[in-house]
Amino acid sequence: MTPAPTRFPLLSAPLVSLRGVGKTFSNGTVALARLDLDVRPGELLSLLGPSGCGKSTALRILAGLGEATSGAVDWPGAAAGADHRGEIGFVFQEPTLMPWATVADNVWLPLRLKGVPRRAAMPRIEEALARVGLASFAASYPRELSGGMKMRVSIARALVTRPALLLMDEPFAALDEITRFNLNDDLVRLKNELGCTVVFVTHSVYESVYLSTRIVVMAARPGRVVAEIAVDEPPARDASFRRTAHYADLCRRASEELHGAMAPDAHL
Amino acid sequence: MTMSPSEAANPTAAPTPSRVIRLDRERLLGILLPVAVFLAAIAAWEALVRLNDIPPYVLPSPSRIGEALVRDWGVLSGSLLVTLKITVSALLAAIIGGVALAILFAQSRWIELSFFPFAVILQVTPIVAIAPLLLIYLEPNTAVLVCAFLVAFFPILSNTALGLASADHNLRNLFDLYGASRLKQLLYLRLPAALPFFLGGLRIGGGLALIGAIVAEIAAGTAGQGSGLAFRIVESGYRLNIPRMFAALVLISVAGILIFLIFTLLSHLLLRRWHESAAAREN
Repeated sequence: MTPAPTRFPLLSAPLVSLRGVGKTFSNGTVALARLDLDVRPGELLSLLGPSGCGKSTALRILAGLGEATSGAVDWPGAAAGADHRGEIGFVFQEPTLMPWATVADNVWLPLRLKGVPRRAAMPRIEEALARVGLASFAASYPRELSGGMKMRVSIARALVTRPALLLMDEPFAALDEITRFNLNDDLVRLKNELGCTVVFVTHSVYESVYLSTRIVVMAARPGRVVAEIAVDEPPARDASFRRTAHYADLCRRASEELHGAMAPDAHL
Repeated sequence: MTMSPSEAANPTAAPTPSRVIRLDRERLLGILLPVAVFLAAIAAWEALVRLNDIPPYVLPSPSRIGEALVRDWGVLSGSLLVTLKITVSALLAAIIGGVALAILFAQSRWIELSFFPFAVILQVTPIVAIAPLLLIYLEPNTAVLVCAFLVAFFPILSNTALGLASADHNLRNLFDLYGASRLKQLLYLRLPAALPFFLGGLRIGGGLALIGAIVAEIAAGTAGQGSGLAFRIVESGYRLNIPRMFAALVLISVAGILIFLIFTLLSHLLLRRWHESAAAREN
């Protein structure tokens, strides 16, 4: 496996890891059973699996949005007890914008919550919007935008704090395929420009192969890791990658692993 | 980055000229038609009274009512002012009380559970039945004010409470992720999310405050020292001055319509850029 070029080439320690993380919901459902997962600096890691495999739960625990029932979240490079919330950007499946605020004010939110006044935040807001191609829509309201554009605003909002770790929970699942392909290309470009680490939850084999440097395949009931696929392809990719035999081969492997992960549920 | 055609939204598509003309004609008709029907109804009333020689102490004609409105304007305008003052102060108190209590409810489910029964009891008990009691304990003017407050309070409280609770869950997660304090969450997320609900409650509460003031004044009857519009109606009834009774009624209706229009306009101005209820549909 060729390691992906990273912002921290000398650092071999993971950026963050889940150690034996389990999560049982109050209704008794075991969402995760002893999950071990390392997120390495600079990688784009896909969590691929069927619904109910706990991939979103794992992402939320990484973000600190949900408490693990057992196990721990480790940030090896950080001081004990440090607050990591400032270093994380999160993109939900829905754009999750505030409808009463303009695009610029929506992107301002993470900085505003840190106490940055609007005027001081403006250059960073404009930069984030320019990165997602929405520089001229700063004064628009979310309802005036298409689904893909709303998702771009959501991504700009997550990037405006320049997070070390970007967590994305099936962000493009509700979009049409053409929009989705465009956003996939944009995500690859943004990640390479910014050099951040991305954990990307998806149930699409093709999306995970196209985007990732590494794919972790998960299975449901209980949620666990069943396979890991290294995508040994340079991180700068474009649509031509989709036409290569290597891409087809990786998709086939990922599909097989996913199929294997779902086998016990064949009766469903 | 380039925008694909499928993504480009088209918020300001210019309508074709023929469509503009048709829309204008439709709008004009939408104003003219109700006005014409209303005027026709007034004319029919006038004709009914004149053709059948109905005496004004049974049913005054619209022209007689208009006459009374002009002749008694001194007395009536004073009463209108009293009623409006009570309505507006009651509504202000209801807004402050309702929003404050809704914010308190939003802080903890236990507070909400403990206090909500009181709010419901006050809401379901008819104000006409409470008014005589309040008149025993309070001065008539204060009692009328409290009655108007009580009816306007509940819709504002319950709507605002619903609005505060309806902020998007993932947005709340996002605020948690960025470590937002409760105060910031309230200011930047929950209050804006509650605004459309609050404005809906305000429109209902505004009308109800007027009704509450009128009902309480009627209950106070001649014992009241107030001289609001309801008092004028009761008084004119005793004196068989039916045209003035109708004139006072007209003023109450006009006041109610004005309150409704003001809040509808306010709602439109505050929500038109972002809320589905106020924004124009594009199709």
